[in-house]
Amino acid sequence: MPEKTAPDFSSWSCPLPLRDYPTIVMGHGGGGKLGNELVEHLFLPAFRNPALENLGDAAIFELGSGRLAMSTDSFVVQPLFFPGGSIGELAVNGTVNDLAVSGAEPKFLSASFILEEGFPLAQLAAVVNAMAESAAKAGVRIVTGDTKVVERGHGDGCYINTAGVGVMRQGISVGPNRAQPGDVVLVSGTIGDHGMAIMSVREGLEFESQIRSDCAALNGLIADVLDAVGTSVHAMRDPTRGGLASTLNEIATSSNVGIEIDELKLPVRSEVQSACELLGLDPVYVANEGKAVFFVAPEAADRALEVLRAHPLGRNAERIGMVTTQHPRMLVARTAMGANRVIATQIGEQLPRIC
Amino acid sequence: MKYLNEFRDGQVAKRMAAEIRQITTRPWKIMEICGGQTHSIIRNGIDQMLPPGIEMIHGPGCPVCVTPLALIDKALAIAAQPGVIFCSFGDMLRVPGTDSDLFQVKGRGGDVRIVYSPLDAVELAARNPDKQVVFFGVGFETTAPANAMSVHLARQRGLKNFSLLVSHVLVPPAIEAIMSSPENKVQAFLAAGHVCSVMGFWEYPPLADKYEIPIVVTGFEPLDLLDGIRRAIIQLEKGEHHVENAYERIVTYAGNLGAQQLLAEVFELSDRSWRGIGLIPNSGWRLNDNYRKFDAEERFQISGIHTEESPLCKAGDVLRGAIKPESCPAFGKECTPRHPLGATMVSSEGACAAYFNYGRFLSAEELANSGAVHA
Repeated sequence: MPEKTAPDFSSWSCPLPLRDYPTIVMGHGGGGKLGNELVEHLFLPAFRNPALENLGDAAIFELGSGRLAMSTDSFVVQPLFFPGGSIGELAVNGTVNDLAVSGAEPKFLSASFILEEGFPLAQLAAVVNAMAESAAKAGVRIVTGDTKVVERGHGDGCYINTAGVGVMRQGISVGPNRAQPGDVVLVSGTIGDHGMAIMSVREGLEFESQIRSDCAALNGLIADVLDAVGTSVHAMRDPTRGGLASTLNEIATSSNVGIEIDELKLPVRSEVQSACELLGLDPVYVANEGKAVFFVAPEAADRALEVLRAHPLGRNAERIGMVTTQHPRMLVARTAMGANRVIATQIGEQLPRIC
Repeated sequence: MKYLNEFRDGQVAKRMAAEIRQITTRPWKIMEICGGQTHSIIRNGIDQMLPPGIEMIHGPGCPVCVTPLALIDKALAIAAQPGVIFCSFGDMLRVPGTDSDLFQVKGRGGDVRIVYSPLDAVELAARNPDKQVVFFGVGFETTAPANAMSVHLARQRGLKNFSLLVSHVLVPPAIEAIMSSPENKVQAFLAAGHVCSVMGFWEYPPLADKYEIPIVVTGFEPLDLLDGIRRAIIQLEKGEHHVENAYERIVTYAGNLGAQQLLAEVFELSDRSWRGIGLIPNSGWRLNDNYRKFDAEERFQISGIHTEESPLCKAGDVLRGAIKPESCPAFGKECTPRHPLGATMVSSEGACAAYFNYGRFLSAEELANSGAVHA
């Protein structure tokens, strides 16, 4: 567990320590005393807010008027802790980002844990604390949740599901089917960081410089862009699994347009590029967890790029391409050699090559 | 990235392509042996930069593609056995056997793992003394030294639970087979740079003499490939045929002597079946008598496997350079990367997959019309 170490359970703030059980036992999911202790001494102190405090079957809250957005996602990453984050940050930021790229202001989250018997409580506490920190940073509240325990061997330590509700911003209409010919494609920063960070720890690959996940909540960055050029933004997406290539292909298909990108303009960290070269992977297919792609009307593109670069999460933002009426539903890259290549959607995961 | 970016310079590439156009007076057919080179040519669009008469024929140098179906079926049978940890490089997992692939074996409970080095498999064997650890050692001369090192170490450490399922193939016999074929069209070869980094290129001058063909040891970056092609065309235009090294920053005439010594200690020459091509005498390596007990084929007596090639797949013709992928009637129809009929559609180095992934199922006109990016 590099960098982010799990807190020492003995110094944990729990006043009624569960020290009889330093690991998850089946009883933690049994709906009895042990489960209650987890809620009272771990989840509630970490996530505390009025809607959660009732500990009812459902959280009840005011959302104001207007349209709502809702999203859910499950998180099963291994390892649970990696350079730049953990499953906790991912679980909060993933759902926050799904809401934000839909044009919503994320407000409330649920958190469900599926824990494996024997999972160390100290690690659970570290995950929960990471979630609490991420939620605070993103300005969302975790208002309801659930815990289940599965027998040893039936889970992988800790799975988390989060669902989120947000309020749609007024006057915004974005969607993967709304990209228009002439739109400029912007990406908020370097691609492939998360996927290569995970791969470098999962596969025990040692590179000279550590690659860190880009895991981050994008709602602040997206709000800045929408505040500045809101009506000119036609589509937004966070290119997670399958990377930038899959996201752009999805938008090309949904909007029935062609997308052209310039390979030389793609922001890729040199350590990510090197690791990809070594493994025979293409960074356009590698996952991101803190990046967004914007399709913006051409007259607003410069302003949008300026706003992106002014935000700490958007310093490396680039204008990478444009939407065209040519080759509908296809993503075409201009190579450094000046030739064109089609970037197709991948079938499954990219597989490291033999040589 | 040092040693990479300077070989990807678009401006220099354009100048080199212009020079190639200038020196070319006649059409020529040049084969790049290695699948990694095929991948780079298609990915970067090198073939689009060449004058119309220069045809690149894609060679059989993709280890995943030429591994015989019977051996893949054998691998699947071994991987499915209880108590076996079956280790492989990533791109072998999706290669279809007759009825299944390694992913499906894994899904049914087989312990199949992707490793990045056969030495990782040796470590796994040391840590799991109650399991049989098998490494699927396919590849050309490039991957052979690491595979040889794995059995060398396993023997040194007295590991009784490690074995190699070996299917090593060699470039020079493949060149002989291609040149001896009555339907051969190849007039010059780009030899595979990484193979030569291990073996050197002392094996090639007799071939250049015997078949009167230029052979240029070539790297993998765009400028490497353009330089290799340029040198081959210069020889062809002058009517010369000798061996040249266009990958001097990596390859020496003698090659890596330490690796060659280890290979000689562990392997011996053997006949090999090449998928889609057939048996080529003395075209591969197998473990020699000293290391025979590490041979997975000896350790696991697998019999009664049903092996049957798809009758639609023309991978053999593609691998021999007889047809281009899109000329196969199944290309992009019955056969796609999602439902590959043959290995050339599976491996990212396979010519069919390269054509499919980089959109070469489109006509050149469609590609030309796709326009430039004005970002």
